Amino acid sequence: MTAGTETRIPGGIGQRAIRPDGVAKVRGEFSFAGDLWAEGMLWGQALRSPHPSARIRAIDIAPALAINGVHAVLTADDVPVNRYGLEHRDQPVLAGDFVRYAGEPVAVIAAEHPDTARRAAAAVVVDYDVLDPLVDAEAALDAPRIHPDGNFFRDLVIRRGDVDARGQIVVEGTYEIGMQDQAFMGPEAGLATPTSDGGVDLVVSTQWLHNDRDQIAECLGLAPELVHLTLGGVGGAFGAREDVSLHIHACLLATRTGRPVKIVYSRAESFLGHVHRHPAQIWMRHSARPDGELVSFDARILLDGGAYRSSSYHVTANAACFAAGPYRVPNAHVRAIAVRTNNPPCGAMRGFGVVQSCFAHEAQMDRLADACGIDRVELRLRNALAPGDELLTGQRIGGVLPVADVIRACAAMPLPAPAPDDVLARPGGSGRTATASDVRRGIGFAVGFKNLMYAEGYMDGSVARCRIDAGVVTVYCAAAEVGQGFVTLVQQIARTVLGVDDVIVAPADTTIGSAGSTSASRQTMMSGGAVEKACRAARAVLDARTASDEGGKLDLAALTAHEPVDVTEEYHHRLTHPLDADGQGDAHVSFACAAHRAVVDVDPELGLVRVVHLATAQDVGRVLNPLQVTGQIEGGIAQGVGLAVMEELIVQGGRVRNASFTDYLIPTALDAPTVEAVLIEEPEPGAPFGAKGVGEPPTISSTPAIVAAIRDASGAVCRRVPVRPRDITA
Amino acid sequence: MSVIIPDSVEAAIAALAAHPGATVLAGGSDLMVEVNDGRRTLADVVSIGRIPELAGVRLDDDELVIGGATTFARLERDPVAAYAPALAYAARTVGSPQIRNAATLGGNLATASPAGDSLPVLLALGASVVVAGAAGERRVPAAEFFIGPKRSVVQPGELVVAVHVPVRRGPQDYLKAGVRNAMVIAVASIAIAVDLDARTVGIGLGSVGPVPLGAPDACEWIAGRARWRADGLDVDERDVVDFGDRVARAARPIDDHRSTADYRRHAVTVMARRALRRCVG
Amino acid sequence: MSETYALHVNGKDHPVTDAWLGESLLYVLRERLGFPGAKAGCEQGECGSCSVLVDGTLVCACLVLAAASVGVEITTVEGLQPDARGAVSEVQRAFVETGAVQCGFCTPGLIVAVHALLERDPEPDDLAIREAISGNLCRCTGYGRILEAVGVAAAKRREAAR
Repeated sequence: MTAGTETRIPGGIGQRAIRPDGVAKVRGEFSFAGDLWAEGMLWGQALRSPHPSARIRAIDIAPALAINGVHAVLTADDVPVNRYGLEHRDQPVLAGDFVRYAGEPVAVIAAEHPDTARRAAAAVVVDYDVLDPLVDAEAALDAPRIHPDGNFFRDLVIRRGDVDARGQIVVEGTYEIGMQDQAFMGPEAGLATPTSDGGVDLVVSTQWLHNDRDQIAECLGLAPELVHLTLGGVGGAFGAREDVSLHIHACLLATRTGRPVKIVYSRAESFLGHVHRHPAQIWMRHSARPDGELVSFDARILLDGGAYRSSSYHVTANAACFAAGPYRVPNAHVRAIAVRTNNPPCGAMRGFGVVQSCFAHEAQMDRLADACGIDRVELRLRNALAPGDELLTGQRIGGVLPVADVIRACAAMPLPAPAPDDVLARPGGSGRTATASDVRRGIGFAVGFKNLMYAEGYMDGSVARCRIDAGVVTVYCAAAEVGQGFVTLVQQIARTVLGVDDVIVAPADTTIGSAGSTSASRQTMMSGGAVEKACRAARAVLDARTASDEGGKLDLAALTAHEPVDVTEEYHHRLTHPLDADGQGDAHVSFACAAHRAVVDVDPELGLVRVVHLATAQDVGRVLNPLQVTGQIEGGIAQGVGLAVMEELIVQGGRVRNASFTDYLIPTALDAPTVEAVLIEEPEPGAPFGAKGVGEPPTISSTPAIVAAIRDASGAVCRRVPVRPRDITA
Repeated sequence: MSVIIPDSVEAAIAALAAHPGATVLAGGSDLMVEVNDGRRTLADVVSIGRIPELAGVRLDDDELVIGGATTFARLERDPVAAYAPALAYAARTVGSPQIRNAATLGGNLATASPAGDSLPVLLALGASVVVAGAAGERRVPAAEFFIGPKRSVVQPGELVVAVHVPVRRGPQDYLKAGVRNAMVIAVASIAIAVDLDARTVGIGLGSVGPVPLGAPDACEWIAGRARWRADGLDVDERDVVDFGDRVARAARPIDDHRSTADYRRHAVTVMARRALRRCVG
Repeated sequence: MSETYALHVNGKDHPVTDAWLGESLLYVLRERLGFPGAKAGCEQGECGSCSVLVDGTLVCACLVLAAASVGVEITTVEGLQPDARGAVSEVQRAFVETGAVQCGFCTPGLIVAVHALLERDPEPDDLAIREAISGNLCRCTGYGRILEAVGVAAAKRREAAR
């Protein structure tokens, strides 16, 4: 059972509606993609390259085929069209001539037991001609190409005003952001079943069913109608499921063996099997008048995109467009480059390029405030963007963007009490490293903003369908529920528009049109908008059928007793435009901002840290569901904590050294701060219900606020994240 | 492959003798990780986690006798908490509640990781380990138990039956530095145990060498510098500082993906000073 | 080599036949005995998604050798809830109503961990709750709603016990 439910749950828009799949999830009955099972099912397993760069001389699959229980061993030659990619098809389904990153799939196996499949993968003999990997992003700028498409994913320049203008006070610095991983709890999983018409059905945990479907169809040489995808239960996403992982492999094995094939990644394989956040090297130079008013901004942002393109092209644009943060900047020169290396491929992760820039610009703003002798919050207020102001790209902010309000509201929140006298409340926890006298408390402040929706002229849309039959309301939408609570929102919208209590949310699949990706904080507007449109259209049909036109509560059962209502609608946002050669253009739909204030206890001698409290004020447009908004804010902040103090995929020589939860550390309950949030509700004109997506701002300025607090407590410079103990003690 | 569940130590030893190449399974928190990862192929398994003789803690005159299959959850409580508090502190830092409920002291010893949480404490307290096999029982001082990274004196066919932990009258502590506040492998750790009767200071270091290490020179030196009383010891602050440097000299840390040798040495210095300071007065 | 043994799960004996003896309890529960509530998040004991009770004690099922678990009482999330369709324990209800469930992958393991906590400590404070669930990773919620849910459940249980 996935998202379909008939449980009676009260609550329309604005209420604390509980999620329809909540009971199933707490009872362990909710079916994640990894829980799927089919009669006669085989288990699939990929063989991955141990080398970051190599030419494949030969592959001997005979030893694998010889193992009892193995049904198929496939390599590049078995893939009808061996090129895929999220936006640009630059990546092989199975590496043929070259492998370009450690972990790249080289072969796939189907066998009767998962252990057999693993043994068979280990039995395949690949003759590699190991090459020197390109692992330094700076070196990639003029290294020989490691891919026919070259080593540049994007080289974007933004020029605004007078690029030579300079204010009296100048602050410059270099900042480094390490490779963060989305680390969702539910490893990749899917079940592919061949169909009698030569096609394939895939149930998979993903963020965008239709984009996956299109890539699968292309690579298998099938008409899209023959490939049907259904959303399996998703154990979190955060950007890591935008690209296909096991999808094409599973469908290939299923169509070749004629049997259902299930693939489930181990945790180690999951770390290798999806894209990560782009590591970045950022140089910035701010100049201002002595009173703190910004005069100029320069930045050079270098993103390591790893071996394949994924969404690097757009991550680069985000990093550049929002590089200066939510401040008025009259003169600017920004160059953002994403390069290809033999490091693990990078792509979408919650915050999408803006996380990296925000860490740098907020560190800069603190230093600038100090150089001007101005309070750090005051400096931000003086330069805060407001509707009507222009961005670095020349776009005038047309909607709501209460930067000054979020700053003031956040700064005004009361500070937490001192830590209780309990070893668990101190840095080091039960490790007993610190007594109270070893601990210093620091406070840090940061502000960030980001675009919502896609950009640069992308024609985005979402489709939803509302059917009312004998009084039963069913809403269909292919939007991927990944935990964020879209399925709850569907019910809330339908209840509000149609005046009903029970709403069935149909499972998401490709029978209906695309809802686009669950990313870019876009689903509330795009698919929420589509659902609202479909429900209103259904309402209009119902209204037309009633004798009276009171507009009050309708008797749906009576009105649809003989003839159902069945309407499908599409939602599109307003047009946007590409960026020109100077990075100028009306490229974004809307924006959201947030401020964070972190209180962190630091043991400066040992460099250990306890993030105690995060206060935040966030621009949310309108609160559609307080429970879910709080959940997004607290969850996003936890990911910000992770990037600040503990999360980094260590890549050496192109190889990941810590592909496990033993050494890729994410916050536990003993690491999570107490979060207090103020929600600034200024409805966004033109947005469904005036609401903004809320998932990304919490991950953007939480990290720099925490690092600022660490600096405050310890005096350490902290130019990189995650901050390691030795960065504090140095 | 067979899984044997003996109900006595004698039966376990006999099972190990009858199945050469068999793996001893106690809590599973080390072994099963390797099995699940495909890094260990199991032949036969002798499961000892529920043998009554191997569980439990008793106080025997001046020492605690801890069964080899005693879990860390058990070690957090009395009598260990009362008579060897440093071991209880260390136990609380092992893994997670789930891990502490399964992982055993004997397993921690047999795995012999240089980062094993209990091991510095056993060194600091001068514990000894009872190893039993077909040839009989032997008692090995903790300081002689570890011969290399993940290598101990336990031979195939043997198991850790008990650990004898002397009850030392005096302050003791355990400090473990890790990047996260729970479920973390030590980047560096230290145990200290002061014996007011013997007028000795014991130190054990974790994660700063190929095996858990002592710091005998530093310990001997500080014992000579301290002003011993019946109910405590006094140490000048500058000797506390010096002690930290001396303990750090006993460490042999390396750079790895978790940390650097420099930081580890620094952490040991700081933690040794703090540990001693807490024992003073 | 395969063998037959029986596991006592949620109050009943369940035969396990034709199994490879090296399978973890997690694998056997999910793939052979029809208890998919425990989830495979890491298979290293580092995430707690597979948490179950063995003789009332909280452990990671991925680290338990199934064939060595003969004779113990195994309780999964399925065994902690009322049988009736859609019925939930106070802990489960609190999780649903406070918004402590997002993707839900960590949820069954947390339910088991919280049941174990409240059995031994009916009135845990904030730090005690955090320590008790420190072996259960959640990536979606940041633990805020979870901590609140535990407080709500604890209060409800104390009330019911009176």
